[in-house]
Amino acid sequence: MPRDSLITSENDIDVGLDLAEDEDVLASEEGHERERHRGKRRDGDREKRKREKRRRKEAHRAEEGEDEVQTRPERRERGKRKRAKNDQEAKGREKDEAEEQELEKLKEAVDDRKKLIQGLRGKPFPMKKKLVTLRESQEFVEKYEGALGKGKGRKLYAYKVMMTKKWMKFQRDFENFKTACIPWEMKIKEIESHFGSSVASYFIFLRWMYGINMILFGLTFGLVMVPEALMGRPYGSMPRKTVPRGEEASAMDFAVLWDFGGYAQYSVLFYGFYNNQRAIGWLKFRMPLSYFLVGVGTVAYSYMVVIRTMARNANESGVGDDNSFNFSWKMFTSWDYLIGNPETADNKFASITTSFKEAILEEQESHKDDNIHLTRFLRVLANFLVLCCLAGSGYLIYFVVRRSQKFALDGLENHTWWERNEVNMVMSLLGMFCPMLFDVISALENYHPRVALQWQLGRIFALFLGNLYTFIIALMDEINLKREEEKIIKFNITMWEVSLYNGTVSENSTAPSITIHPADVPRGPCWETMVGQEFVRLIISDTMTTYITLLIGDFLRAVLVRFLNYCWCWDLEAGFPSYSEFDVSGNVLGLIFNQGMIWMGAFYAPCLPALNVLRLHVSMYLQCWAVMCCNVPQERVFKASGSNNFYMAMLLVILFLSTLPAIYTIVTIPPSFDCGPFSGKNRMFDVIHETLESDFPAWFSKVFSYASNPGLVLPFILLMVLAIYYLQSTSKSYREANVELKKKLQTQNEENKRKNKRAALKAQMDLEEARKTASQTAEQQKNNNASLQDQEADEEEDFSSSQRLNHGKNGHHPPPTAGDRQLPASRAPAPRTYHHGNHGAPGYLPGFSRQSEPRMCRVPSLQRH
Amino acid sequence: MGTTASQLGKDVLSEYQELTFLTKQEILLAHKRFSELLSKEERDRPDTRVPMEKILTLPELKSNPFRQRICQVFSTSDRKDGSLTFEDFLDLLSAFSDSATLEIKSHYAFRIFDFDDDGTLDTGDLEKLVNCLTGETDETRLTTDEMRQLINNILEESDIDKDGTVNLSEFQHVISRSPDFVSSFKIVL
Repeated sequence: MPRDSLITSENDIDVGLDLAEDEDVLASEEGHERERHRGKRRDGDREKRKREKRRRKEAHRAEEGEDEVQTRPERRERGKRKRAKNDQEAKGREKDEAEEQELEKLKEAVDDRKKLIQGLRGKPFPMKKKLVTLRESQEFVEKYEGALGKGKGRKLYAYKVMMTKKWMKFQRDFENFKTACIPWEMKIKEIESHFGSSVASYFIFLRWMYGINMILFGLTFGLVMVPEALMGRPYGSMPRKTVPRGEEASAMDFAVLWDFGGYAQYSVLFYGFYNNQRAIGWLKFRMPLSYFLVGVGTVAYSYMVVIRTMARNANESGVGDDNSFNFSWKMFTSWDYLIGNPETADNKFASITTSFKEAILEEQESHKDDNIHLTRFLRVLANFLVLCCLAGSGYLIYFVVRRSQKFALDGLENHTWWERNEVNMVMSLLGMFCPMLFDVISALENYHPRVALQWQLGRIFALFLGNLYTFIIALMDEINLKREEEKIIKFNITMWEVSLYNGTVSENSTAPSITIHPADVPRGPCWETMVGQEFVRLIISDTMTTYITLLIGDFLRAVLVRFLNYCWCWDLEAGFPSYSEFDVSGNVLGLIFNQGMIWMGAFYAPCLPALNVLRLHVSMYLQCWAVMCCNVPQERVFKASGSNNFYMAMLLVILFLSTLPAIYTIVTIPPSFDCGPFSGKNRMFDVIHETLESDFPAWFSKVFSYASNPGLVLPFILLMVLAIYYLQSTSKSYREANVELKKKLQTQNEENKRKNKRAALKAQMDLEEARKTASQTAEQQKNNNASLQDQEADEEEDFSSSQRLNHGKNGHHPPPTAGDRQLPASRAPAPRTYHHGNHGAPGYLPGFSRQSEPRMCRVPSLQRH
Repeated sequence: MGTTASQLGKDVLSEYQELTFLTKQEILLAHKRFSELLSKEERDRPDTRVPMEKILTLPELKSNPFRQRICQVFSTSDRKDGSLTFEDFLDLLSAFSDSATLEIKSHYAFRIFDFDDDGTLDTGDLEKLVNCLTGETDETRLTTDEMRQLINNILEESDIDKDGTVNLSEFQHVISRSPDFVSSFKIVL
């Protein structure tokens, strides 16, 4: 019984209280109990009065029968009222029990109402009806809520009710507040209505990315940069925190700062600035540990967020993988209701039409290739060309990076701006022009546009990835060079220190403490800072190229097209240059790769998330403005949601690929000896070991060492693999079961359909024959009325009834048509004639009428379907 | 819009929040937009009906091929002229809002597509639907053959009980498996 399950925990508590009270009563004297009875009776009377009032009101209400859900509790109430009458007759303890029952019923009714109120917004009623229902239910709840519970229980109940109300209100307000807090909502909505959901999805993605970067920024800023700046040793106190003497002259130049050299290099922005002091400040903040954990935490957090979002998207899209409703989906869900721009709407019409036509063509002829050899050749050629492009761009980057190392060895001051920024510029330019080249090449292939888009995306992805990895490989080379350099410098420094020591000793042996300005101390090259700088420069130049292409490619083009159109020989707006379209996939890819670089470089340059937040913030405004003022809606309007997880998967791949090199450097390369939070350690992760040893009790490090023992880790990994295997196989079996069920459903439907068809056919034939007989009997009736000769009538009757018998033999029972049913009423002699005839017709007729009765119902129901 | 706050009382507002999938801001915005469609004296009277022609001037609905159907479905007018009161308008926005459930969205989608209001999508409805989707111009229209083929295909897929029409439960079955119905069946002010 579902009603029992409706009793909520509140009621349970009340019942519990009642029980406790009962025990009290048993323990106390009789008089007390009598008093309690009286109180209850009073309660009952009040309720009865209320019920009376309510009944009167209900009688007035007009639309009582309209809503089923509404009336159900009322019916229950009416039943309760009856029961209440019976209760009046009964006396004593029975009455109490009955009232308690009644109270519980009332509670159920109240809870029902509450549920109704909550579910009301999900009901497709017009607002008037919803309002009426809501008001009535609320009134009901308010009226009877007070009557529920008694004594201590009532107070508690009332308190609870009040709190629930307050909580609901708070929740609603909080929800409102949350939506008010989402930034750029109006901007995105505006874009949504102009360009459809696909362009808007880019901006939603951008906003999501912004949120993630805000959190990364918060982590690095709050746990690494601020503590070091506030509590760490100040600038100029140590060699690693001071600009070296040779660079001091140019350290404040804008060109140097723009390159993140000079004072920018020797600041909290980069790895090298951090000290390896175990605890800093009065808080005894564990700086190196914090640095390491933040580095790991940012990556872990990003993984978590991306995977969670992917899972949610997959849940939302549900089981949309099967193609069984291809046409229906095209039909019922292809319109994007957000479109508010007539131009976009026209494009959408066109694209829907083509998709219909394509689908029909595909259905009609699945394979029709005019020249398969030529197509194949062209496709192979195209792929070959693309591969050439990729290899060429990879080589170009490698070459440029090597050349820049040579420049760096010579000293950057001797070179031009171009030579200094060659790497970044080349990478940005390649990222800009190669996709265009791919676009041209893909025209050779003659793919379906959707397939072509995927190929295009895949190629751009490969290009970016290849470029990034060549860059990293070149960077690795550079790291190795720096480490060689470091070895030499380390040796030199010991020599220098010895000579310094010897010098001072020889000069005055009494004062061994010599003060050398930290700027004069020779130091290692600090490869970590170099890596950080490279990434920061890359981000900066990437951002600049994006903005400049936006301004030139979109804005300037739009301006030229708009204003030159007045004095040009052809229509610029409709013809060749026209306005640019917003390239959703390219922009999304750019965003994803940018994020990959952040993940890769954030460990060595804590300022990267901050820079990225800034960049995303600016591009939100800039791109919103650019898209609204100089782009036109796309020719093919895609919908966003289908490809959402595609981009997410790309982001995950990039995240994985970008954490790989970062983790590789952290794990395998020993940190520099004189800069960064891990200097002096053999490996960066030694900081964990150190913390375990010195900050935790001995047993903890023991437990940890046991837990990290291969004997425990390997079985654990095995267990996880097995769990994954198990889950996968269960999901597979579920899928199979789904398919099986679907098949079953289909066969059943076909069965039903066959049955229905047969029944319908039968009914139709019956109908026809019934009509025939009806017309015949009508004729006969006329004859009856015309001539009152019994003999003739008898003959006619015989004929007709024998005919009817024949019908019965054929298995077609004529259903009683209107004329047939009226027969007995309009034609009095009919029964008598049956008695005259001796063909067994009397036994047949009642059976016939009974048989045909259900069919009468079934025929219209078939038509209704 | 000083009058907006006074016109929408606090309790009415909270009732509307309870009954729709809209937030407070959205309801207030809807009210503002709705009262902009009314003239000065009409604004003071409650339950004023805005004729369909005026509703259709809203930029959110202007380019929608189903605009008239949408108005007709959500209208509670006795004359079936598609005119909307503010409450009807809120119903419309609630069904098309971001957080509305699939169930309510598919219910209203079905009623919008059911052009003759007979409770099923038959061949005539589907034909009208295709014509709405392909636009009014001749070059985007489908030919009769294509139309027949298309409708046959659709019926083959979604008409589970094979009675030649798509009823509400069949429609909801099809829609519930679609990956992008919920995200595209949206209208935001």
